Formats: sequence, structure tokens, C-alpha cells
Amino acid sequence: MPQGEHIELHRKRYGKRLDHDEKLRKKQARGVHKRSKHAQNVIGLKAKLYAKQRHAEKATLRKTLAVHEEKDSKHRAANGEQGTAVPAYLLEREQAARAKVLSNSIKQKRKEKAGKWEVPLPKVRPQAEDEVFRVMKSGKRQKNQWKRMVTKVTFVGNNFTRKPPKYERFIRPSGLRMNKAHVTHPELKCTFQLEIVGVKKNPNGQSYSSLGVITKGTIIEVNVSELGLVTPAGKVVWGKYAQVTNDPENDGCINAVLLV
Amino acid sequence: MAVASEPPAKRSKVEEGPANVILQFESETGDLTGPLLDVPDTVTPQQLEVLLNNLLQQGDPLPYAFFLQDHELAGELSTHLKKQQVSIEAALRVVYRPQALFRVRPVTRCTASMPGHAEAVLAVAFSPSGKQLASGSGDTSLRLWDLGTQTSEHTCQGHKNWVLAVSWSPDGCVVASADMDGVIWLWHSSDGSPIGCCKGHRKWVTSLAWEPAHAALPSRRFCSGSKDTTVRVWDAITRQCLFSMSSHTMAITCVAWGGEGLLYSSARDCSINVWDAQDGKLVRSLPGHGHWVNTLALSTEHALRSGAHDEHGLSLAEPDEAKRVAKERYAAASKGQPEKLVSGSDDNTLYMWQPSTSKKSLARMTGHMQLVNQVQFSPDGRWVASASFDKAIKLWNGADGSFVANFRGHVGAVYQVAWSSDSRLLVSGSKDSTLKVWDIKTRKLKLDLPGHADEIFAVDWSPDGSAVASGGKDKILKLWRH
Repeated sequence: MPQGEHIELHRKRYGKRLDHDEKLRKKQARGVHKRSKHAQNVIGLKAKLYAKQRHAEKATLRKTLAVHEEKDSKHRAANGEQGTAVPAYLLEREQAARAKVLSNSIKQKRKEKAGKWEVPLPKVRPQAEDEVFRVMKSGKRQKNQWKRMVTKVTFVGNNFTRKPPKYERFIRPSGLRMNKAHVTHPELKCTFQLEIVGVKKNPNGQSYSSLGVITKGTIIEVNVSELGLVTPAGKVVWGKYAQVTNDPENDGCINAVLLV
Repeated sequence: MAVASEPPAKRSKVEEGPANVILQFESETGDLTGPLLDVPDTVTPQQLEVLLNNLLQQGDPLPYAFFLQDHELAGELSTHLKKQQVSIEAALRVVYRPQALFRVRPVTRCTASMPGHAEAVLAVAFSPSGKQLASGSGDTSLRLWDLGTQTSEHTCQGHKNWVLAVSWSPDGCVVASADMDGVIWLWHSSDGSPIGCCKGHRKWVTSLAWEPAHAALPSRRFCSGSKDTTVRVWDAITRQCLFSMSSHTMAITCVAWGGEGLLYSSARDCSINVWDAQDGKLVRSLPGHGHWVNTLALSTEHALRSGAHDEHGLSLAEPDEAKRVAKERYAAASKGQPEKLVSGSDDNTLYMWQPSTSKKSLARMTGHMQLVNQVQFSPDGRWVASASFDKAIKLWNGADGSFVANFRGHVGAVYQVAWSSDSRLLVSGSKDSTLKVWDIKTRKLKLDLPGHADEIFAVDWSPDGSAVASGGKDKILKLWRH
């Protein structure tokens, strides 16, 4: 239980110190430096906890900023609506939603035959085998060295069950498994979080593709059914290819560009 | 119940082999035709047609469709009875309905992709004769198309903003188009030259409707509904606003000019108003909907639209004679009954009204899962088709509003539907960029017509049945033919 609002009471009775506001301003101005110093010097578990708390704070800050930005941009979109003509029955309907719903014709725009196999990242750094796989020792005296652990992010289908340890040559750690990707549409500059359907091709080799290893430059198949794409024949498109543009094992998430 | 509790062995014995059934013909209105007839149960609709034509002793044999308890007889009578589990103990009541004498062939292919518009095509309308086609677009122009060569014939420039509504006068001489700024332009349909413009609406015009041909020919008056909550009636020759009606409180979504001297308007304030077309007095207001009312359809709308033009698109040059023909066609379409109105709304329901007599609805038609965007009566007035954003088209009985069938197949919201003039086929355009043709008799998808690259905003079936036109976001107008 608080013992009364004694500070407020005192202020009510005697007023603030004359330099109160100045002191408060200075305290706030120094606060950032003080925090920074604390963050740099703190060690051990406390450092971990502090970093986590700070990370969470920053995330909420960024989110609020984004919300404000979106709120402002909506007005801009309302004025820019002039560009896309809609019939009378769609006027003043689903306008907020339409800003993000992709236009089918842009989505489905086909590249010319020559450029069909062009991808956003044409060259990728080759990944050596000892970078991707770590040797695991096994056996009673830890002398067998035929087991490998994948040290990159992998995609594992949801009906996968591990083999018995005796036959499991490759271990794909569950901490590095991912099944969602942030996919950007290159022309619309919109990003969606989409489910991964499979790994189509890892440029470093067929064995990586079949293991589902996702590194920078890998082509993955993503589930685009929630975007509402339709083929010219009126069927729903649900799988599309995307190329990974970041190093997922460093970032903890997969960013990709949709191939259209 | 006694029949149902019989042991199955005995029943099957009874159903073996050919049997005779007793049936009684009945017209749509419930009048009995001819005596009780004893026919073998292998009888087909074609044979029944011959029988009925003999009974009615008409000069030319007419095609008929036969219904047993609202289910259409498609094949042999015995199989139908078995399928529907109808008892043959009592006399079967067979309701016959005359069908259109002509047949519209289903559209099967895209004969022309006509580029020309620089923005999305927002409205498409065939002329009452079906010989001309007009389309309004987001590029602020109206185009008249030549259906013979399938090219753009005239480009009508004048609007300053998107052309939202296009409407032909029932004599086919004038095209009215309305835009986003609230200006209505009138054009000569022969050469695409402007007649003039009607200014008065302060916001965009959503819908246009002309006075029907049997009331006035040559057509002179038309009405428009706008976002500025007024309905205005205009004179096409002087281009003056004759009177304006303003008891709605939100945007007008649809206007219709009935054949009985009444005007109907639906608005986003959930109300439908009925006005006197002579002086604009409010006759009655039809309450019922719980959300925006999006669309209206009249049971006689095909006759009102085509005016004096028959199913081949032929018409008479003499105005008095044409007016008489239009009156006959209207009387045939309404069958001497007051016209019905169906309204579709954002509250996912449709209401059926008889607005000339009562403000009570005849039926409330529920079943759609999302808002109803368009409703159309079939040209013979027997069916109602409703297009909804829930990707389905529903077919309803035009007489009492009962649910008949569901047409599913689209993977996006259905924006528009259009009937063929013989009421046997239905075409629908959807957000999923396809057109689909539905067969009313089998209640199945007849044809899938892909081809558009983007959402289809406007669909129209020509009144003479020769072609379907569709336009949408991909800026291309497509013509579909058999």
C-alpha cells in the first residue's frame, strides 16, 4: 500500500522548488547517457536481462512509430486513389483494405522468355561443406565421426519424423528450423509473412536443397493463397517462388523477394 | 407415412417394369388444363410437350418446361419420380411453363479483345437493339464500338472524371453517361457526337434510368441517382432538371424507372423509396433492410430495357406503332400483374416487393454469406439471380422468392450477372478475372471463360443474344460469342 501521496501533498502545500523544471530537463537529458553507460558496463546475467528489456522497449517504440506513419500515409493514399478507377458499386468500399490488396495484373505480370530465369541475386557466395555441417562425434568412446549437424537455417516439412539416432546422418536442429518467411513483392513494395512450402533450390548443391537448407540466394516456394492471386484461367494461385535475400542464420528470420 | 413403413421387398416389386401414372396438367397460375391423363411412366418431356400442345390446340406448337413440385422434369418421368421419391398413388400435378420460342446460343469463345481505353472499364451497355455497344471507363471517355468489325467506332470525350454509369435510351438514339464529378453527358448513338451535358449533381452519379418506351417515345426523360443523396429527373432535349427528389439521407446506389409510372430508388440509408414519375411525389417508402441497399431489379426490366425491339433487335420506325409494340411487349412481360421489385443489400439479404400496391415485402430472401452486389430478374420474370461477394450466385424463384439453386465456382467476389434473353443462360463476371456461363435447366456451370487479366467490373449480354461484352481493370473490352 502506498503511504499517501506525500510528494504531491508537499507540492500542493509548498509548491515546487524554483529550479524544479530545469533539474528535470537536465535529468532527462542526461538519462540517455546514463543508460548507455549502464548498458555498456553491465555484465553477466544482468546484461542479458537488461538487453532483453531494452530490445522489447525499442520494438514497441518502433511499432508505435510505424502505426503513426501508417495513419499518416492513409491520408496520402486517399488522395492518390484517383489513379485506379473503380466502378460505382465499389466506391467508398474496402478502400483501406485496397491499399494493400495487390492488383492482379501487376502480380501476374509475366517476364519475357529471355528474362524468365533471372533472379534478384544472380551470384551467391559458395558455402563450404565444413561451414554448413559440423561434425558430431558419436559412439561409446566418441570416436565415430559420421554424423553431421546442419548449422544453417533449415526448412523441415511438418510431417517429418526423425530417424532413429543410429541412422540419422544429418541432424537439423529444431532451433534453426523455420517455416515462415517475410516475402516482399518487388514492384508493389509490400511485405507479407508467408508460409514456406518447400525449398526449391539451394544454389550450393542438390544435397542442400534436399536437406532443406536455407542460405542467402536459396529459392523457396511460399504459400501465397492469402494474397488472393488468381491465374488468368480463374484458379487460385497458392505456390510461388521467392529468393532469400538475407543470411537467415545470422538474422533469425528469412527475408525473401517474390519472383514474378 | 404408410408408404414409407412398407417392407422394401414389396416396394421394389411394385416399381419393377413399366407402369402407368395418372397426371394432370396445370398452368402456372394454377388452372387445370385438360382431363386426367393415363400415361406410361417412360414418358419424356418432349412427348408431354406434344400432348400438351394437342390439348391446348394452339396454332404453332410452343416449347414448354414441366415441373413436378417445383422440380423440373429433365429426363424420363420414371427416373424423375424415383429420384424425387414422388408417390404415384395420387394424380401427379404437372405444372407447365412456356419457354422462349427462340434460343440463345451459349457464348463459348472470345472473338475480340478490344483495346482502346486507357483506364479500367467501369460500365458496359448494349443498345436496346443489341446492335451497338457503349463502354465507360476510368480514362474519362465513353466509347461506342462497332460490333461488326469489333473495333472502336467513336470516342466520346467530354467528361472530366471517371465515367461511372452508361445507359441507352429505349429507342436507342441517345446514350447517357454519368461521371465522378456529377455531370451527365448525352451523346448521339449514330455518330458519337455530344448533345450536351446536364449539370446539377454535386457529387458523383451512381446510376441512370430512362423512361420506358411504352410511356414515352421518342424517349425524353431520364433519372439519375447520386452520392449527393438526390434523385433528379432530367429532360434529354432541353437538358434541364425537371425536378429533384431528396428525402434520402445517404448516397443513392441505384435508380429504376418502372413501367407503371413509378420511380424506384435505393440508398445507403437502408431505405427504398417509390416516387411518382409525373411530379416526383413520394408514393411510399419500403422499410426492411438493415444495411446499405445496393441494387434494385424489376421483374419487367428486360421489356423496359429493350422497348419496342424484339429478340432479333428489329424495331419499327414509326413512333406510334413502336410505342404500341412496346406496350404489348411490356404487357406480355408483366402478364397483367403488378411489377415486382427485388432489392439486394449489404445485410446479405434480398427483399421482394410489390411496390405499386403495398409497402410490405412479399418475401425476405436469405442465404448469402456476404453483401449482395447485383440482382437481375430473368427476361421472362421467372427467376431472380443475385451476385454476391461470397463468391456465389444464387437463383431464386421470381414468383415467390423461394430459394432454387446455388451456383458456386468463382474463386473471387462476383460483381455482376447478366441473363440471356431466352432466360436459359446466365453469365457472371467476377473479381477472379473469369466469366462463367451457367445453365438454368441443369443448374450447373456450362462454360468457364478465362481471358481477362484482372478483375471484371462490367458484364452485359446483348438483348438479341448474339454476344456478351465484358470489361474490367485490365482496360480491355472483350466480346464473347458462340
